[in-house]
Amino acid sequence: MSIRIAITNGLIVDPTAIAPIAGTVLIEGDSISSIGDSPAPSDADIVDAKGMIVAPGIVDLGVFRTDKPAFQFGGITRAGLMPDQSPPLDDPGLVQRAARAGKPDLWVHPIAAATRDLAGKEMAELAMMRAAGAKAVATGRQWIADSGVMARVLAYAAALDMTVIAHAEDGGLVGRAVATAGETATRLGLHAAPAVAEAMAVARDIALARQAGAALHFRIVSTAAAFALIRAAKAEGLRITCGTSPAYFQLSDIAASDFRTFARLSPPLRCEADRQATIAAIADGTVDVLTSSHDPRGPEDKRLPFADAAPGMAGAETLLALALGLVRDEHLTINALMALLSANPARLLGIDAGRIAAGAPADLILIDPDAPWKVDSAKMAAEAGNTPFDGLPVQGRVRRVMKGGRFL
Amino acid sequence: MPQGISETRASGLTGRDAFPHRHLLAISALAPWEISFLLDEAEQWVTLNRAASAKHDGRLAGLTQINAFFEASTRTMLSFEIAGKRLGADTVNMHAAQSSVRKGETLIDTAVTLNAMHADVIVIRHGSSGAVRLIADKVDCPVLNAGDGWHEHPTQGLLDALTIRRRKGRIDGVIVTICGDVMHSRVARSNILCLTALGAQVRVVAPPTLMPADIDRMRVEAFTDFDAGIAGADVVMMLRLQNERMDGAFIPSPREYHMLYGLTLARLARAAPDALVMHPGPMNRGVEIDSIVADDKVRSAITEQVELGVAVRMACLDVLTRRARKVEGWA
Repeated sequence: MSIRIAITNGLIVDPTAIAPIAGTVLIEGDSISSIGDSPAPSDADIVDAKGMIVAPGIVDLGVFRTDKPAFQFGGITRAGLMPDQSPPLDDPGLVQRAARAGKPDLWVHPIAAATRDLAGKEMAELAMMRAAGAKAVATGRQWIADSGVMARVLAYAAALDMTVIAHAEDGGLVGRAVATAGETATRLGLHAAPAVAEAMAVARDIALARQAGAALHFRIVSTAAAFALIRAAKAEGLRITCGTSPAYFQLSDIAASDFRTFARLSPPLRCEADRQATIAAIADGTVDVLTSSHDPRGPEDKRLPFADAAPGMAGAETLLALALGLVRDEHLTINALMALLSANPARLLGIDAGRIAAGAPADLILIDPDAPWKVDSAKMAAEAGNTPFDGLPVQGRVRRVMKGGRFL
Repeated sequence: MPQGISETRASGLTGRDAFPHRHLLAISALAPWEISFLLDEAEQWVTLNRAASAKHDGRLAGLTQINAFFEASTRTMLSFEIAGKRLGADTVNMHAAQSSVRKGETLIDTAVTLNAMHADVIVIRHGSSGAVRLIADKVDCPVLNAGDGWHEHPTQGLLDALTIRRRKGRIDGVIVTICGDVMHSRVARSNILCLTALGAQVRVVAPPTLMPADIDRMRVEAFTDFDAGIAGADVVMMLRLQNERMDGAFIPSPREYHMLYGLTLARLARAAPDALVMHPGPMNRGVEIDSIVADDKVRSAITEQVELGVAVRMACLDVLTRRARKVEGWA
């Protein structure tokens, strides 16, 4: 008989429920056997979760690195790995290897490159990569400029029932820009692109997805104009979803003042009005997914002039704490937040995760929701400390992580 | 001495309090009285540089000045070299080929190398915005920004302000029109910051494709119509247009640019009658400025800008090294 664990006294947050419930979660083997207020069986190991939130492990859709220590700190039990690896995940063998990288503590779900070498030209072997374990298809860090290629990728992926994850920036407008056009970029003398580059890309790809009947997910959306297009597409009944990351609801382009390369991101940080629009889009349900977009980068990539530095931030450790701020500010409920962090990304990847119910896999995190701590780029669990939130006081910390019925 | 000296001493600060900065990286970091302090300091060097006999002052004797230019430059490097030599410094020039040094950790490595040679002041030009500041954070001696990407070129801003102050007797209230490729111009940014800080009314004129977003937030009035932007101006400052911008990407052709944005005699007639014509050089004659305007002995201050550039750079080198030289009030 397998080991039984009872997590008692916690506040259970199931993303499919409206509100948290108090009670016990009983785990047998690698799955949840029951939830409720019945007393824990006498032979079970008791874990007292008093004062804690019991939530599904975070499913982080769209990370760039498999970084176990950072994921464990952040309560991430499953990660959708972007194909932007070296070499890119455009081959079944590479997909298979990436999928094995984290087990058993962490499940990595590789996302197949839509095109060979992510070059945006020839379609990659999507079906073979799906057979090797790829859970979705992505254009990578860049937009596919050729509309014909994108149309074919969407049609082909739709037939395979794979979601296409797109990067929403019009390549022609962006060019070699490293910032959003506006006062900050003008003062710093940075090559900047207008924020409308995002809406341009979103508008085209929605039109192509409509024609193909495809499921299309924009990994990160950050502007009011693009959210408006996605809102309308959802109202129309299209299978369009989008994500964003804490940087875009927490920071505006001012964070790049003084040429701070930790604030060099892709897409670039936007103006204050777009930051507000991002919060509004999270609150009204336009945003489906919150991702850390985890991309640790050392000094060789970041201690450079702003335009030469690589984009990206180490976000796995700060994702939950910053997201909990949205609940504290009453933009959404804790249950809705956990849907953005687990149930919705799991659905997009077609995996069974992100729920707390009998029969569900026992991927759970115990969160101390009010625990205060300070982000410190010098003391991160991640491979590199490139966080734009250095020094920020935050609240909410993961105390225990359970993957497949086993505490890590 | 020209007018304007007394008013700029108004801060009453002396010694290090008058200029508390270790480096000169950007005009944006300076208070108005600190800008005026540097301009006042430059005046003595204008006098020295015009002396018929030996133009020499030994105050930087024994100090090593490295001019590290990661981007090609003839005029600015020469100006800094002359400035250092006239103050008695040992000046060394480093031409770092952009291609080999620009990328990767080598920029920081180069900074560490320069530092290990115990330079007393380093003058840096680099093609990437913010790069000079990055190097300044890694070295122990004062760093002078000689231009970083499209960001700033602070000594150019200072020398242009000094030129205007000497010619017009003041900067406060003067209408300055800056025309050209504002988007890609560090000269424009430093001038906007410097002149608005000193009370000038600054207008910028650029084709819509070369106008940076939200430039009005830098307290300037933006025009795409040169004829409107030049009307009544006391100073007309033309910017150099790089050839590669005129191939259709930003501007259809040099001749169309000249038609819309070239400074001709007819256009200059719309400015104030005694308007001053300026250009940071090198000029594209017949494109952004007509020769007859550039060579106008009365209204053109273009050669004077070059002259005052040396004086301003002498002042900056002197002021920034005072702490190391243990000058009274600065140590």
